[in-house]
Amino acid sequence: MMLAALPLSQVQAEGIYFEMAGKVSGELRYFTEEAQFAGQDQETNISFAAEPEFFWEWNEGSDSLTFTPFLRVDQHDDERTHGDIRELSWIHVGEDWELRAGLRKVFWGVTEFQHLVDVINQTDAVEDFDGEDKLGQQMVNLSLVRDWGILDLFLLPGFRERTFAGDDGRLRFGLPVLTDRATYESAAGENHLDTAIRWSHSVDVYDMGVYWFHGTGRDPVLQLQNVNGQPSLVPHYQQVDQIGFDLQATIDSWLWKLELLWQDNNTESYSAVQGGFEYTLYGISDTAWDLGLLMEYGWDERREDAPVSAQNDLFFGARLALNDAESTEVLAGISHDLDFDSQGLIVEASRRYGDNWKASIDGRFFYADDPADPAYSFRKDDHLQLTVERFF
Amino acid sequence: MKSLTKSFNSLLLAATVVMPVMALAETAEEKGLAISKEAKVRDLGWADMQADMRMVLRNKQGQESLREIRMKSLEVADDGDKSLTVFDKPRDVKGTAFLSFSHPVGADDQWLYLPALKRVKRIASRNKSGPFMGSEFAYEDLTSFEIEKYSYKYLRDEACEGGTCFVVEQYPVDKHSGYTRRVVWIDQNEYRIWKVDFFDRKNSPLKTLTFEGYNQYLSKYWRADLQKMVNHQNGKSTDLVWSDYRFQTGLSDSDFNKNTLKRAR
Repeated sequence: MMLAALPLSQVQAEGIYFEMAGKVSGELRYFTEEAQFAGQDQETNISFAAEPEFFWEWNEGSDSLTFTPFLRVDQHDDERTHGDIRELSWIHVGEDWELRAGLRKVFWGVTEFQHLVDVINQTDAVEDFDGEDKLGQQMVNLSLVRDWGILDLFLLPGFRERTFAGDDGRLRFGLPVLTDRATYESAAGENHLDTAIRWSHSVDVYDMGVYWFHGTGRDPVLQLQNVNGQPSLVPHYQQVDQIGFDLQATIDSWLWKLELLWQDNNTESYSAVQGGFEYTLYGISDTAWDLGLLMEYGWDERREDAPVSAQNDLFFGARLALNDAESTEVLAGISHDLDFDSQGLIVEASRRYGDNWKASIDGRFFYADDPADPAYSFRKDDHLQLTVERFF
Repeated sequence: MKSLTKSFNSLLLAATVVMPVMALAETAEEKGLAISKEAKVRDLGWADMQADMRMVLRNKQGQESLREIRMKSLEVADDGDKSLTVFDKPRDVKGTAFLSFSHPVGADDQWLYLPALKRVKRIASRNKSGPFMGSEFAYEDLTSFEIEKYSYKYLRDEACEGGTCFVVEQYPVDKHSGYTRRVVWIDQNEYRIWKVDFFDRKNSPLKTLTFEGYNQYLSKYWRADLQKMVNHQNGKSTDLVWSDYRFQTGLSDSDFNKNTLKRAR
C-alpha cells in the first residue's frame, strides 16, 4: 500500500505492478422550467465528482486488486452529495477459472434503452435517472470457462439500498423517499445472503445468457406512509426469484436484441420483455461517419401498475459517430409510452479535447400529463447538462 | 478465363509430364497468388505474439494526438487469428478492450468491453473501411493477412528498400472493403512488405503505407518497428510505432474469451 504514496502513476516493484488512473468531472445543469415540488427552488445546479482507480497486480498477473472510490459533491441535494466504493476487489485467475471477491460491478444484458435483466448491482439513482450508474456490490464470484460457455456462480452477502434524490433535488418523485426507514421482507434484512447463477455463451452469430437470481429484489416497492404527519414514500425490499434471459444476434449490420424476465415474489409473479434492433449505416455518403438506428419495445405484464417506466413503451434512437480524432458522437433517443401517452427525449453530444479532456452536452425533455405515469414527476424537470471530464 | 488457363495447363502437363512445373507458363494472377502464399507460409508458426503499439495521428496542420494500445494475438490453425487489444490512451478510453476472432472467409467475431459500464458488447464486424480510433488506418488495414481475402495479380519487379521487390496487386474479395485494390511491394529475399498503395472505391489513389525498421524474431519472423500511413486525399497521416515484440510467450485459447476481455488492462 506504500506504493500508492509514490508520485508515479505506474510503479513496478518486487513483482508488484501498480497503476493509478481515473477521472474528475464537473457538471452544470440548467432546468428550463420552474420546479414542480417544494424545496426544488433551483434553476441551475453545479456538481463535482471524482473517481480514481488504484490497481495492483502480482504473481505475474494471476492476482490483482482494484480499488475505485467515488465521491460526488452536489450544490443543492444533500442526498446527491454522496460517496461509494465502486470497486474494491481481488481477482485470482486460474487456467480455466477465476475467483473474484469484494465489492464489484457486473453488467448483464444487450439492450440500450432499458437494462431489464441487469440485476446484480443496485442503481445509484441520485447520479442520473437513466439507471446506468450502479453501487458496488459485495460478492464472491467463481467464473468457470468451459467449451460449452461461461458459468458464473455468485454469493452476494449484504444488500445495497437504492439511492434517491432528496427534498432539494430535482428529478425526483412528488413525495420524499425516506431511505432511512427502508423495510425488508426477509428477517435477515439487509444481511440476507443472495445467490445467483448465470450461464453465457457465444455460438456463431448468437450471444446468449440465462440466469437465476434468488434474494433481495433490487427494485424497492415504494409504500405510501404517514411519517410525522407527512405523507412519504418508504422503500420496501422483497425477496424474489428471478430468471433472466438475454440474446443478441449479430448479423451483418444488424444487432437483434432480446431480454426476457420472469419474477416471482410474495405478492405477484410477472414477466417483462425488452427487445429490438440496432442497424448501422457505415461510412454514410462517402464520409467516415457511421449512423446507427435503434428501435426497441419494452413491455411489463403489470402494465399501468408496474413501478417501472417501460411497461408498454416504444423507443427510437439514432447514434452518429464522426470517427474523427476527437471521437465526436451525437446520440438522440425518444421514448413513447403507449399506456400513458407520454414522451421523453434525450440528446447527448460529446467529444474529446486534447488527450485528457472530454466534454458532453446533454438535453433531456419530458412530456407527461397523466398523474398515474411515473414520468409525471419529471414533467417540469426538462434540463440541459454540460459535463466536463478530466482523465488522468 | 481461369478455367480455360487451367485446362490449357493440364493439357500441357499431360503432354510433357517430364517438364518441371515451374517452367510452365504462369499467368500474372497465378504468380501474384504464389508470391502472396509464399509470404504467408514464411510467416506461419509464430504461435502467439504480444506487442505494444503507439499511434501518432497528425492532421493537416501537423497537430498530433496519441493512442497507446497493447496487443496479444494467437495463431489459429486453419482459421484466422484471435486477438485481444487493450487501449491505454487516450485516457477517456483507457481500459476499453477489443476481442476478435478473425476468419479468412465470412464475418469476424468481435466483442468490445466498455469499462465504465463493465459491459461486454458484441459488435458488427461489417465495418471494414471505417477509421480505427480516428486514425488513417482502417480496421481492414489492421486485421491479419489471409490469402482468401484477396485475389491477386503480379505486376512487375522493381527496386525497393528491401532490394528487389515483387509488385503485386491485391483485390479485396469483401464487398464492404473501402478499396478497389492495393498495390504491394514485397521483397524477393525475405518476402517482407515495404510499401502498400491503397486505391479508394472510385479507384483514385487514397493512401500510402510504408514500413521501416524490420527486425527478425526467432530467426524467422520479420516485424517492422514503424508503419507510416499517409492519406493523399485529406493530408492527414498516422505513424504506427511498434515496440516490445514478444513471440511464443505461451498464450493459448484460454487467454482469448469474454472473461479475459473483461480483465484485460
